[in-house]
Amino acid sequence: MQELQSLTEQALALVEKAGDLAALDQVRVDYLGKKGQITALLKGLGKLSAEERPAAGAKINEAKQQVQEAINARRTAMEKAAIEEKLAKETIDVTLPGRGEEQGNMHPITRTLRRIEEIFQRLGFTVEQGPEVEGDYYNFEALNIPAHHPARAMHDTFYIDPSTVLRTHTSSVQIRTMEKTNPPLRIICPGRVYRCDSDVTHSPMFHQIEGLVIDEGVSFAHLKGCIDQFLKAFFEADVPVRFRPSYFPFTEPSAEADIQCTACGGEGCRICSGTGWLEVLGCGMVHPNVFASCDIDSEKYSGFAFGLGVERMAMLRYGVNDLRLFFDNDLRFLKQF
Amino acid sequence: MKFSNAWLREWVNPDLTAQQLADQITMAGLEVDAVEPVAGAFSGVVVGEIVACEQHPDADKLRVCKVKGHPEGEMQVVCGAPNARTGIKIPFALVGARLPGDFKIKKAKLRGVESFGMLCAQTELELGDDNDGIWELPEEAVTGTDLREYLQLDDSTIEVDLTPNRSDCLGVAGIAREVGVLNRCEVTPPAIEPVAAVIDDSLQVSLLAEDACPRYVGRVIRNINIDAETPLWMQERLRRSGLRSIDPVVDVTNYVLLELGQPMHAFDLAKLSGGIKVRMAEQCEKLTLLDEQEVELKADTLLIADEKGPLAIAGIMGGLDSSVTKATNDIFLESAFFSPLAIAGKARSYGLHTDSSHRFERGVDYRLQERAIERATQLLLDIVGGEPGPVHVREVTEAMPAERRITLRRARVSRGLGIQMSDAEIVEIITRLGLEKISEDSEGWTFLVPSFRFDISIESDLLEELARVYGYNRIPSISFEAALDIVPRAEAQVAQSRLEQTLLSRGYQEAITFSFIDRDASAKFDPAVEPVALQNPISAELAVMRTNLMAGLVKTLQYNLNRQQDRARLFETGLRFVPGNAESGEGLQQERMIAGLIYGSRQPEGWSGSKDIVDFYDIKADVEAMLAHYEADAEFTFAPAKHPALHPGQCAEVLRNGKSVGVLGALHPELQKDYDLPKAAFLFELSLDGLGQAVIPAFTPLSKFPEVRRDLAILVDAEIPVGQLAETAVEAAGEYLTDFNIFDVYQGKGIDLHRKSVAMGLTFQHPSRTLNDEEINAAVDAVVSQLEQKYNASQR
Repeated sequence: MQELQSLTEQALALVEKAGDLAALDQVRVDYLGKKGQITALLKGLGKLSAEERPAAGAKINEAKQQVQEAINARRTAMEKAAIEEKLAKETIDVTLPGRGEEQGNMHPITRTLRRIEEIFQRLGFTVEQGPEVEGDYYNFEALNIPAHHPARAMHDTFYIDPSTVLRTHTSSVQIRTMEKTNPPLRIICPGRVYRCDSDVTHSPMFHQIEGLVIDEGVSFAHLKGCIDQFLKAFFEADVPVRFRPSYFPFTEPSAEADIQCTACGGEGCRICSGTGWLEVLGCGMVHPNVFASCDIDSEKYSGFAFGLGVERMAMLRYGVNDLRLFFDNDLRFLKQF
Repeated sequence: MKFSNAWLREWVNPDLTAQQLADQITMAGLEVDAVEPVAGAFSGVVVGEIVACEQHPDADKLRVCKVKGHPEGEMQVVCGAPNARTGIKIPFALVGARLPGDFKIKKAKLRGVESFGMLCAQTELELGDDNDGIWELPEEAVTGTDLREYLQLDDSTIEVDLTPNRSDCLGVAGIAREVGVLNRCEVTPPAIEPVAAVIDDSLQVSLLAEDACPRYVGRVIRNINIDAETPLWMQERLRRSGLRSIDPVVDVTNYVLLELGQPMHAFDLAKLSGGIKVRMAEQCEKLTLLDEQEVELKADTLLIADEKGPLAIAGIMGGLDSSVTKATNDIFLESAFFSPLAIAGKARSYGLHTDSSHRFERGVDYRLQERAIERATQLLLDIVGGEPGPVHVREVTEAMPAERRITLRRARVSRGLGIQMSDAEIVEIITRLGLEKISEDSEGWTFLVPSFRFDISIESDLLEELARVYGYNRIPSISFEAALDIVPRAEAQVAQSRLEQTLLSRGYQEAITFSFIDRDASAKFDPAVEPVALQNPISAELAVMRTNLMAGLVKTLQYNLNRQQDRARLFETGLRFVPGNAESGEGLQQERMIAGLIYGSRQPEGWSGSKDIVDFYDIKADVEAMLAHYEADAEFTFAPAKHPALHPGQCAEVLRNGKSVGVLGALHPELQKDYDLPKAAFLFELSLDGLGQAVIPAFTPLSKFPEVRRDLAILVDAEIPVGQLAETAVEAAGEYLTDFNIFDVYQGKGIDLHRKSVAMGLTFQHPSRTLNDEEINAAVDAVVSQLEQKYNASQR
């Protein structure tokens, strides 16, 4: 039995020493295999008495099991180490940037337009579009701006010919929509508009969104509510809004809506020229003459319209400080949005 | 319109500061642009009197003056002004005074002579433009009076940016009326008494264009003293209203213009021949205007003329020859009503814009003329003396603006404005505005509109007046109510935003370029088309409407290449303007397009990316990705095409069911050179409407049976497009073909020089059973045989 002890110790030592799976397997074959040295001891059991045999057999089996377990443990460790080594070799630098195309960006004007459209679409407004080369009738006449009206001087119109212009506002789409659709109406008309004016604060092309609501019983108080809610939704803030009487030939009463300056909070600063307020849109109740041009009964229906400059909204929202950047299309600018 | 706060306060004086007043009228629709002090910030300046003036012993240009005005007596002041002399009164800044710019006056020594204070020019006090020496004050100024007090300088100029409807506020009188209404306080106009005639002279006036000028009031004043000086108070009021003092006659007419809003004109009576004729111009008549430019008059221009010819463009500008000069002795004053329609747009057509045209084209009170001429006479006689003739009024009553009566229905007030107003308040506001209540019934009231309110003609106008005076901000803000109808939206409609999102996720940036471009650029990209041109472009670079979106994208690329960007992916959506065709009678087409451009490396520069540059197939994949939204692969085809802006060998037309919907390809090498692009750019342009609608998916049951793939390699002539081979193969393969792809195209070693090898994979599957070899072989044989027949293909 001393032999068993020493064989077991030898085997365990060899398991410990085994450098790879092959060496480990060799230990198993040498000691536990059919011709293994510990296995061989079992054959010697026959020489023992019947009383001694069970105990001796049990000891040998115990030793075999001990060696087998050592081998198993050693193998698991080796396999684990091998996997770990493999994993270690496969380690990459995860801080390197991903491969492939980068995401592009919407132009800030489109981004602003889409936000505004979305806000109104939630209220059941539909989006209408119209031509940009527009007849004098749709751009002016039908909007109660006859030839030589002083309001025309405010428009700096681009002419294609004496009766065709580049639309100076998206209000022309109002008329086109009212001509083809009966009230009630809730529409917004986004798009490019043009005025013959170019300097630091004017671009010959810019964007507007026109809105129009026509139904029975629509009042100035509804106009105020709609604009107030829209401005708060757009700026995502409980921004104070005020309404000032103004003049547009196609609305009566007419108003300008101002928001409290987003830069100074109403204290007065360079952006709001010290007034604490920023003019953001024009609006009013649809003028009866406009209804008349579209054969809508102004005794039955009333409505309101509003128009806002998208560049201005984008500048306020994203802090863009120069109008001209919008149309330079500098990639370094576009990639910021 | 600029006016002095102090001047307004003579008319109406509510208990408000200038700023409060400005805020109040802004909120009532008279938007105040600025409230500014009428003089620079200074103190310690008094009315001084030079009592002695001697040459400085050591300086040619300096004088040593003894000046009165200091409470402690005469002071010695060294002064460099050429007009410094004994006896004149001047602004005298005492030692310790502060001048604008926080400039402190101290005791000084100039070339050895002590000086106690400074004598000031207008500009040094920011009180005017005169910088030709010290400012000579009127003799009656009391020496020693504080200058701010003497000139009443604690005043502000209020500048109102009036909307074109409010011509009634283009005068202090109108602003005062408005302020009176808003504050419910009394308005006290200056007393204007008729000035009795002392001579009988008058001029015959003929109104020959009565619709344009139905009313003309004139008066002769003889023996005026044109050399008299306009009083300082009047000069100051003009200055504070933004006008310069010219001579007493012009100053008085300007003063009345600012005060009452009536533009007036004074002619030198001696230069007039016969009576006044108010008539339309005749073709080719010429007139030299006050600004010394000679204009050729247009036939639609209303003139003031005499026997000999034109004297003035009515309501816009007087003529030089008949104007008042230093030699004038007798004048003829004009105070007329010219109809807005007759004046509107005319000044602009001559490149003019005057205080007079500004008012007439918006509407001048047609009952104001006599009052204005009496006021001007009164002021003139005070300054230049003279003998007035009778006021001569010519009026064509039938041609005068019609009287306007408006009925306001009580119910409309609450319905239109969403507020309840008492009857008393409604009537009170409207009558304060100058309307006269004519009648009243159970429904509402009828009002007569005053002659100064050209903007009030319908019921809605009265609603605006009520809302304005009541206060827009007192009207509640409420949500509107509407029927909640579901707005139908076609699933087949491919939203533009989906195409845009596809491009964005493929690395494109959205650009917005001008819709008008350079004519040369247009000719380069679209030489066969004469673009729609602007009559009045901003510049040559922005002169014609684009006929495609590609020119703008290429220009944008160039802009960015010049800023060290060497890779670009850009797209734009918007209209292109394709001119009509006179022959076919087709009008201008404004088509919605989506266009893109790629340039530079295929992938963004990176540690692992390839350095390959983009080619045709990159942009084609982008186009295909957009087309995928239409779920109609079979309907879209690409065919070789020609486009003037694109490379003739790398250009394809996109067709849907055989109809062209767009184009893609490499920028033509000549254009690439023109735009200095080092590498090739690739472009696409698709018609958003042309692309049409999506096909809504219809489910096909999934087959449970195995699919079989066969690969086929064929040789064909190199120039045969693979697209045609594929089309033939798919057609020939029969109904059980479920997938087809081209997995290799090879040309080169081992193959006839003029041939290419095309490898295709065909996948077959039957919905309800397993296909047998014979069936598949037959299908493949059919493909081979069709390709052989049609394209002389041979199997490899």
